[in-house]
Amino acid sequence: MDQQKETVLAFRGLTRRFGGVVALNEFDMELDNGQIVGLIGPNGSGKTTSFNVLTGIYSANGGTIEFLGQDITNWPAQKVYEAGVARTFQRSRLCLELSIFDNVMIGNHKRLNQGILFNIFQRKALKAQIEENYSEAHKLLKIFDPALAEKIFDPVGSLRMIDRRRIEICRALISHPRLLLLDEPSAGMTHEETRELMDDILEVREMIDGLSIILVEHEMGMIERVTDKCIVLNFGQKICEGAYRDVASDKLVQEAYLGGE
Amino acid sequence: MTQSLKDKLVILSLAVLATAFMITFLAIEEQAEIFALLVLAAVLVFASAKFGLIETISGCLSRNERLLNGAVVAATLIVAFWFYEDHFPLLMIATVLLYTVASCGLNMQFGYTGVVNFAGAAFFGIGCYTAAVLGETSVPMLMVIIVGGLVAALVGSILIIPVLRTRGHYAAVVTIAFGLLFRTFLEVNDALGGPQGLGVSGMNIFGWDFNSGITLTDDIEVSFYMNYVILALIMVMLTFVLMRRIERSWIGLNFDAVRLDETAAACYGIDIKHWKILSFTLGNFLAGTAGALYAMMLGFIAPSNFAFSDSLILVSIVLLGGMGSLWGTILAAGLVVLLPEKLQAIQEYRFLIYAVVMILILLFRPQGVLPRGLRAYIPGWRG
Repeated sequence: MDQQKETVLAFRGLTRRFGGVVALNEFDMELDNGQIVGLIGPNGSGKTTSFNVLTGIYSANGGTIEFLGQDITNWPAQKVYEAGVARTFQRSRLCLELSIFDNVMIGNHKRLNQGILFNIFQRKALKAQIEENYSEAHKLLKIFDPALAEKIFDPVGSLRMIDRRRIEICRALISHPRLLLLDEPSAGMTHEETRELMDDILEVREMIDGLSIILVEHEMGMIERVTDKCIVLNFGQKICEGAYRDVASDKLVQEAYLGGE
Repeated sequence: MTQSLKDKLVILSLAVLATAFMITFLAIEEQAEIFALLVLAAVLVFASAKFGLIETISGCLSRNERLLNGAVVAATLIVAFWFYEDHFPLLMIATVLLYTVASCGLNMQFGYTGVVNFAGAAFFGIGCYTAAVLGETSVPMLMVIIVGGLVAALVGSILIIPVLRTRGHYAAVVTIAFGLLFRTFLEVNDALGGPQGLGVSGMNIFGWDFNSGITLTDDIEVSFYMNYVILALIMVMLTFVLMRRIERSWIGLNFDAVRLDETAAACYGIDIKHWKILSFTLGNFLAGTAGALYAMMLGFIAPSNFAFSDSLILVSIVLLGGMGSLWGTILAAGLVVLLPEKLQAIQEYRFLIYAVVMILILLFRPQGVLPRGLRAYIPGWRG
């Protein structure tokens, strides 16, 4: 099938420096439609930096990013999101004083009517939009945890870490993105919770057409289980790419993790 | 007795209690009596907090928003009409109402979107001076209120440029500088009266002159301030409608997202500048409209009314009431405006006392006296 082979995302020679530190060095990668790619590497190897450059938080010092055939290098964060990229953050970045519903709706920004006059004067139409989005958010939350869906109007600050991760992922998925960036979803959770969360993500992936995922993770069990291929970064450089089994037995990779001479 | 009937009784009795309290508070002049009344109020509040009454009451109130709105408007009118021939209490009530409108403007900026504005008094002042200048022309006075807001919003759109380029403390310093500039500009500008200030003509709607008393019969003459109380109350109601509609919409959600986490907001398509400009402009508009009516009511304005300390008063109303909390704004405006007027003993030390109160609030109750609740898009709707 043609659609299967479509390249969703391509980095070509992507480079980002912070002063003298080269956080990303000539990074090339490709991601196909529907693929799950694991991005691994030691701390400070440039995994999160590549997310930040891709989503427009940092600008690139060199190279290009192509997304769905468009050159999106150095696009502002808002435009990257509009184009269909959604992400979670390493340290969960939810609005703790807002309700679960509010947080999920922030992720749906591009599908909500943001007109000033609409919001102030067309209250009936707004009400209908709120109710419609409510049932959609409820449905999505229910896949992750039915109990969470029942607490949809509770403040996020009152919830456990795993629930906060789930909400962050719902916030990313509600707008039906083409590319989901998961930055260490297992941080702060037990093995069992991580497994559960990943199962839910896979379940949701079935519902969204052609959703590709890049997963930054330290938890190798999870990488092995869900990824189609792995890319290993070290000091901002790609040192290996391939299926998890091959990557894990690679000598360079073992050195990077365990420290060679 | 059903729940809803019980709720209604609670709200009605609270309204009666609050009305009686306000009338007594405004009527008595003996310092010891005023002090005793305040202590009584404080004891009542703490006692009801102790016995968990506060939760019951706030539950009642949030379930019956319409009734609560109506009760507050009715209570304000009853208090105002109780003092129908006394200038001073009516002037106080109108002042509290106009400060509420201006503080709501600041709340839109600071409480919703997190854009600091330490030049609130300057935007209030722009409204005042617009009223003074346009009062000499043939522009209808009701229109002048709106123009006052528009001019404030327009001047604010200049200040927003440096505010958008700075963050946190730096943005605060920029607004402080603007406030100081504004006052200096007025003092050296002879066309606007210089340091002596300007006279302002009173409100006049289609020949209804606000500055003359209303003679109902030979015995009953209503103070002219009643006109201003009623108009100011209407302005508060309109402001509340606007604030609520914004808060309970996607706009309010965007404002909150900008305040709480700009990076995450940007990653979800929220244009930070767009929403900051909108909230800053709307907030200054509200402050300007309040200023315009305030100037007409006082009949005279001078640069000394718009000092940095006056901006601080507006900020302290927002913090005291609770960021983004509407009822908190009314309560805090009442406290901040009325207490120094009634308790002459503290008048000299008012800024000292404000400072201490602000520090205590920030230390022990940073969410304010009446914290803002979670967003209820549609009141009473739970999915």
